[in-house]
Amino acid sequence: MGLQIGNIAALLNAKLLTPGLDVSREVEHAFSSDLMSDVLTGDYHKTVLVTGLSNLQSIRTAEVSDIGEVIIGRDKEVSQDMIDLALENEIVLIQSSYSIYRISGLLYEAGIKPIY
Amino acid sequence: MRLQFHIEGGDFVNAGKASSTVKRALKQLDVSAKKIKRVIIALYETEVNVVAHANGGDIDVLIDSDNIRLTVTDSGPGIPDIEQAMTEGFSTASKSVREMGFGAGMGLANIKRNSDSFHIESVPGKGTTVKIINELKE
Repeated sequence: MGLQIGNIAALLNAKLLTPGLDVSREVEHAFSSDLMSDVLTGDYHKTVLVTGLSNLQSIRTAEVSDIGEVIIGRDKEVSQDMIDLALENEIVLIQSSYSIYRISGLLYEAGIKPIY
Repeated sequence: MRLQFHIEGGDFVNAGKASSTVKRALKQLDVSAKKIKRVIIALYETEVNVVAHANGGDIDVLIDSDNIRLTVTDSGPGIPDIEQAMTEGFSTASKSVREMGFGAGMGLANIKRNSDSFHIESVPGKGTTVKIINELKE
């Protein structure tokens, strides 16, 4: 059983930055990392990426890794280029003020499973 | 189908654009998601390597009904010891590359892992050429 990404945004008291994208998509797994090289080694299915790295390559890495949802923690600044790239690739982008640790803990408590 | 791209060294804004274009082309050809992911991860990691280490480079993509062939050539510093560079954890990346979320010494090994056929040649002081062939059929 997963959680809808829209409900995850509510759980994290977070902002949805990609209006118009389907927020009823289910997420079953999460992977938290600031190291994109590490993200690129995984296989993902219904997985959200939780990261403190807010730049274009976090979105590109999600795109090439078939990750459909990205949560940026600690209210790191998200550029318009990142939002545009996410929209172009139908990646739901979320910005939360919570730390990566807190986000990960809340997702785990809500039943979202780890990758490893 | 043939696609060609130029990559600028140091240009992290556009790194991944070629991979994105090739991914779309393969989707249109109805290649399975699993096969697409393998070759696109290999191509993206290669693009990032050129952006991170070289002055620039070129990507040549040849797609036929059975295979995709990627040839990526850069005019970078070259790799003096390829075996050492393939070792996970070995890295010569700069601080700015690490700040972008890369440079942990995992790239070349991940490219090889996601390639059906992987070949690398390098001449120190001149540059590096990577050739990747992946099957597209299940």
